[in-house]
Amino acid sequence: MSPKAAVVVFPGSNCDRDCARAWEAVTGEAADLVWHKESALPDYDFIMLPGGFSFGDYLRCGAIARFSPVMSEVRRLAVRGSRVMGICNGFQILTEAGLLPGALRRNRDLLFICRDVHLRVENNRTDFTRGYGPGAVLRLPIAHGEGGYTIDPRGLKALQDGDRVIFRYAGPDGLTPEGGGPNGSLDEIAGIINEAGNVLGLMPHPERLSEALLGGEDGRPLFLSVFQSLAGAWS
Amino acid sequence: MNARADGGAPWREHGLTEEEYRLIARLMEREPNYEELALFGVMWSEHCSYKNSKAQLRKFPTAGPQVIQGPGENAGIVDLGGGWGAAFKIESHNHPSAIEPYQGAATGIGGIIRDIFAMGARPVASLDSLRFGSPDNNRTRRLLNGVVAGIAGYGNCLGIPTVAGEVYFHPSYQENPLVGAMCVGLVKTDRIFRGAAAGVGNVVMVVGARTGRDGIKGASFASEELSDADPDKRPQVQVGDPFMEKLLLEATLEILDRNLVVGLQDLGAAGLTSSGAEMAGRAGNGLYIDVAKVPLREDGLAPWEIMLSESQERMLLVVEPDKVPEIRKIFDKWDLAAAAIGEVTGDGFFTVRRGRETLAQVPADLLTDRAPVNLRPVREPEYFKARKKADFQAVMNYGDWGGLLKRLLASPNLSSRRWVYEQYDHLVGLNTVIRPGGDAAVLRLPAAPRGLALTCDCNSRYVYLNPRLGGAIAVAEAARNLAVTGARPLALTNCLNFGNPENPEIYWQFVEATDGLAEAALALDTPVTGGNVSFYNEYNGRAIFPTPTIGMIGLLDDLADRVTADFKAPGDLVLLVGETREELGASEVHHLLTGRDEGEVPALDLGAARRLNDFLVEAARRRLLRSAHDCAEGGLAVALAESALAGRLGVELEFDFGLSPAATLFGESQSRAVLSARAAQAEELAGLARDFGLPLARLGRTGGAVFRLQAGGALLAVPLAEMARLHENSLAEKAALTVEPRAV
Repeated sequence: MSPKAAVVVFPGSNCDRDCARAWEAVTGEAADLVWHKESALPDYDFIMLPGGFSFGDYLRCGAIARFSPVMSEVRRLAVRGSRVMGICNGFQILTEAGLLPGALRRNRDLLFICRDVHLRVENNRTDFTRGYGPGAVLRLPIAHGEGGYTIDPRGLKALQDGDRVIFRYAGPDGLTPEGGGPNGSLDEIAGIINEAGNVLGLMPHPERLSEALLGGEDGRPLFLSVFQSLAGAWS
Repeated sequence: MNARADGGAPWREHGLTEEEYRLIARLMEREPNYEELALFGVMWSEHCSYKNSKAQLRKFPTAGPQVIQGPGENAGIVDLGGGWGAAFKIESHNHPSAIEPYQGAATGIGGIIRDIFAMGARPVASLDSLRFGSPDNNRTRRLLNGVVAGIAGYGNCLGIPTVAGEVYFHPSYQENPLVGAMCVGLVKTDRIFRGAAAGVGNVVMVVGARTGRDGIKGASFASEELSDADPDKRPQVQVGDPFMEKLLLEATLEILDRNLVVGLQDLGAAGLTSSGAEMAGRAGNGLYIDVAKVPLREDGLAPWEIMLSESQERMLLVVEPDKVPEIRKIFDKWDLAAAAIGEVTGDGFFTVRRGRETLAQVPADLLTDRAPVNLRPVREPEYFKARKKADFQAVMNYGDWGGLLKRLLASPNLSSRRWVYEQYDHLVGLNTVIRPGGDAAVLRLPAAPRGLALTCDCNSRYVYLNPRLGGAIAVAEAARNLAVTGARPLALTNCLNFGNPENPEIYWQFVEATDGLAEAALALDTPVTGGNVSFYNEYNGRAIFPTPTIGMIGLLDDLADRVTADFKAPGDLVLLVGETREELGASEVHHLLTGRDEGEVPALDLGAARRLNDFLVEAARRRLLRSAHDCAEGGLAVALAESALAGRLGVELEFDFGLSPAATLFGESQSRAVLSARAAQAEELAGLARDFGLPLARLGRTGGAVFRLQAGGALLAVPLAEMARLHENSLAEKAALTVEPRAV
């Protein structure tokens, strides 16, 4: 039996179908699309919270989505040990829901930015990043207006000490630039994981570069890592 | 009947002329009442009736084996093969953007997207065509920032990638910017929907947002000139809610997917009035709307306000009565209103009721088809002949060719558009194969391995200086933008922006330009499937440059054959296909150095243009091209520099065309493309060019980190890094927002 994956669809999600498509392109398995009003989910092994503008990003990105009925199920599955990944708006929702620490602020230059950036894999010993080499440098697109990661000093220290900063913005050579990457993120943080190691949030879009035809495949190992870690658990 | 109080000129309040009022009374065989006159006011406005352009638009070629749906519907549709079609259309939203750039641009995007999904197509890409005044003042910067942010704010939220476009600056657009929005959607050819109110007894529903007092008479507003005396126009700009549109898009596609709808239409200009009348007109039926049943956002709207409101994010549906509950259920799921507000009738009347009271009753075809068709007088403007003469000494004597190239690459019209397109999500949807920044964007299609190429383009300086030739060049360049990617141009949509048509000189520009456009569309086999006309683009009596923007789509049979503009590898041959002549007229370089718009527009041979496109597509199919790039504004030197910059690869070039260095480097001779090829394939490529009767010149080779060129006595050597810095950053600097160096 293969792992069961789902993508949550909030009103205003717009990368929901992209996530399902990338999952299928990489793993050969379909992912269910789950409407946010669902209040009872089967025990999915992997849940993706996709990018987009849930509830129009009104009030604050992710601030309304965290109250959707489906979120208590996401929380239940996270506690159960299912893998949860929030991409872009999904990352914002995870921080609003308290499943990940910190917050995402308006980009430093106040503009929406859509472009490829480079990331350094800081920890390749997670279920999400095992497919990458140590310190691997990836090229993945960002597309957000509110991606500046921030957290209080104690929280930052906890992330750093726990090896929970998973991705940092970097130059093509893998060296960390000054000044918070493209969006002004604290400590150049692009992606973090929870303490238990099963909930990942990241601003860049791995689903957008998981097929050679689209210009790159650096997102592919991420989906594959999750799939293989789950397949291992299943075998 | 409050309008009767103003001394017997009831037509004036509704933007109609006395002759039009008399015609209405004659056609109706009675005096129209206030509500009826309000309906005519918007439906007979230029914006809705095309009364000043219809006669001319009939000259466009609109048919071809590739055309599934020509003009007259919400959008045109062309056949992509494999059971798929592309619905596409461009529309302007100029006047609202002049007054409130963010909302004006945003609602322009919203409107065109609804036109696309009204055909049953899922929107997959947007393009935008923008014109502003000189970027050296805050008015322009405010407009530029507002419009780009508005497009980004709306399109990004919807998850429709903005993949291509154009931005030009010229003082003629100072107070009247142009904002053209194009959208492309994909539809299964057996699942196309149309905007017809078929089936007497079927229910008319309005779905989506509630109706408020916004944008009332926007259609009439679009049909007037702007002037300093316009503060009252402010309420006529609508406000967009992209989140609402996203819900409406998904809910509508869901009901279409379940086949619950007979016909549907976007509620755009003139709101329920135009949509209702047009849907009735297309089916040859009548239709009534009960204003008491329309869900309102606020109390106290008069019936005519409900009928004319341009509140955004609404659609009109015609459905069979037994499908209403299921439609309600789906819209409920998306937390959207869906109300039955009327019925299709067999009487041919467009009727507005409030409960049982009939407020207006007009034969639907009088509103949609019987507006007078104006054949306006034309007069050739004096400037047309006077401006043919030009003195090119400024560029001839410039001498510092490297310095001039750098100036051009940093100039407002030729610098990189990265600052603009990076604010747009151009990747969402996982279809963008060739990203913005090149000649055309290319998307993958569900029918693999096919690809869809998209562009929009217009050089309005050419159109101003020679409308007929300029109109033809706009089509030829759009087609060439597609062909350099390896795509076969299929069809076009146009956004015809002009000044006041009541001015014979403006109308002359319109007739000449559309004649040229029609001629080129025919010669290049790219039929016109729709578009819009925007007149009255003037401010205090000064008209914009005539700007017939062309949006064009093309098809790649196999995405593996696609070609991009960037040089690929050191040691490749650099070539130029097409003929270069001593043509500096109407050029970007002349404008940059003198500030003047003058000289004869470069000649266009439509036969050669067609052969060049065919050659490019065939060369791509045979995999003979490493890169291909359209040679356009700024001439050969700029095209070469753009390919070098995109590929981060220098060149060593030496050639001589027997022309002046200025014309060699910066002249804008038409129907040319810069190519690069593996040396081993040079012979085959040359043979192919001969077969198509096209000159192919070897210019040199790629390599190194310097742009080095020796031609016709000119010598220049510019480090690529220096060129890149100027080219990449100058638009962001001109937009004057806080911009820090690229961090990554």
